[in-house]
Amino acid sequence: MASQYIVRTKGLIKEYTMGDQTVRALNGVDLDIYEGEYISIMGPSGSGKSTLFNAIGGLDRPTSGSVFINDVDMAQLDAQELAYLRCHTIGYIFQTFNLIPVMTALENVTLPTVFAGMPTDDGIERGIELLNIVGLGERLHHKPSELSGGQQQRVAIARSLANNPSIILADEPTGNLDLKTGTEIIELLKRLNKEQGVTIISATHDLKMLDVSDRIVYIRDGKIAKIDERKDLDIQIGEMEREGELGH
Amino acid sequence: MSVDQAQRTHPRGSIGRQIQLPLKKAIEISFKSIKIRFWRSMITAMGIFLGIAFFSSVRMSGEFANIQRAYILQIKEDIEKGLRTPSIEDTRLIALLEENQEERQASENRMLWLSIMGLLVCTVGITNSMLMSVTERYKEIGTMKCLGALDSFIVKLFFIESTLLGFIASLLGFILGWMLISIINLFTQGVIAFGGNFWWASLKLMLLSVFIGTLLTFLATIFPAIRAAKMPPSAALRVEI
Ligand SMILES: Nc1ncnc2c1ncn2[C@@H]1O[C@H](COP(=O)(O)OP(=O)(O)O)[C@@H](O)[C@H]1O
Ligand SMILES: [Mg+2]
Repeated sequence: MASQYIVRTKGLIKEYTMGDQTVRALNGVDLDIYEGEYISIMGPSGSGKSTLFNAIGGLDRPTSGSVFINDVDMAQLDAQELAYLRCHTIGYIFQTFNLIPVMTALENVTLPTVFAGMPTDDGIERGIELLNIVGLGERLHHKPSELSGGQQQRVAIARSLANNPSIILADEPTGNLDLKTGTEIIELLKRLNKEQGVTIISATHDLKMLDVSDRIVYIRDGKIAKIDERKDLDIQIGEMEREGELGH
Repeated sequence: MSVDQAQRTHPRGSIGRQIQLPLKKAIEISFKSIKIRFWRSMITAMGIFLGIAFFSSVRMSGEFANIQRAYILQIKEDIEKGLRTPSIEDTRLIALLEENQEERQASENRMLWLSIMGLLVCTVGITNSMLMSVTERYKEIGTMKCLGALDSFIVKLFFIESTLLGFIASLLGFILGWMLISIINLFTQGVIAFGGNFWWASLKLMLLSVFIGTLLTFLATIFPAIRAAKMPPSAALRVEI
């Protein structure tokens, strides 16, 4: 039976062992995410946001519990299937942008299509289209070092969309950006979420994210403390603040 | 927006298998890596360059000695057959041949041994600098894995990068060692040095030098490449403090 959920986690536990010390970074996380949702995972530093990102993104195996993506249990996948999932189903955005420094903006955006086996010309066409969407059509052949932080993150967003993923995972996408640039990036993510229907899961402690999120998951010490629905939130955030942020 | 939503992903409950990339793509990416990190690449390659230059100069000296010996033996044979009346120069050369034979062979062997040790040291040096390069690029490797790179692709990337460097460095190293010794012999022996099987010996030595240099770089990369491939994709998220 297909569910309406695109991501489900069940009893997710992740322990890190360093020497004789064991840290429980995730302590039983149950989370269901709807297709097309914009969901923010809020929590202080060290609360387990990145660990959850790793588990949902198939980047690290949880100690116990399971993650389902489109009803597929990730634990059942072998290395090649996991790579396929990372390539086609999920797009990743990082706090530190993580563009490949030796490649131009266009080459960076095209790289996932190369891994997907797309013909070179189609990949380039797709790359140009995406860079136009994120407003960098004029910077195709710039190296990451020649771009500002905000521009690098735009390239990274374009790259995350390269193979039409159903999910975008973002780990503190505005963490290394100033207020204004951060707002622009959040607006871009929201636009992509609306226009392309891509599910966005973003770990953050940026309060600007609250405005665009459909739901906010508060995480503390590896556990979900509470989940806020967008409609409840509207009441909490006063009208004034909303006009300021979403006014245009 | 022209993004086709229908083509998104695959039926629920099923996952495809990631394809192997053609070697050409890996070569393209490795080549860019070398080009961009040009000076760093040069330093990595410097060890093998100097090592091969040393090795090929020692071997080329030996070849010149062989050419000279063959030349003198020919004179000696001609004299014994009565085809040639010995000049003073001929007598001097023949005496030289008998005197220095063993000593020269021993010193040549010592140098050869030294140059081989040198090459082994370079190999360790390359392993070291490739390991550093893997550590330095953890984020890049992790990111590539997030974008869908298989372990085997990462392995290929590092092997191609270092083997390409090893090939170029040992070719240049050979040219340096070969030219130095050839110029020296041009002055000490004159044109007779370039007779006999000079060109044939040079060609063989070039192939040997490039083969050894490339092979050693390849061997030196095994451990670093495996280490790179084992880098977890979650390394992409690490944030330095
Ligand atoms: N690779 C790791 N090895 C050991 N401990 C880790 C590792 N990654 C995270 N942790 C620990 O797990 C906890 C949660 O970390 P993390 O998920 O990175 O938090 P956040 O992203 O919310 O700041 C922290 O206590 C952190 O020290
Ligand atoms: Mg984090």
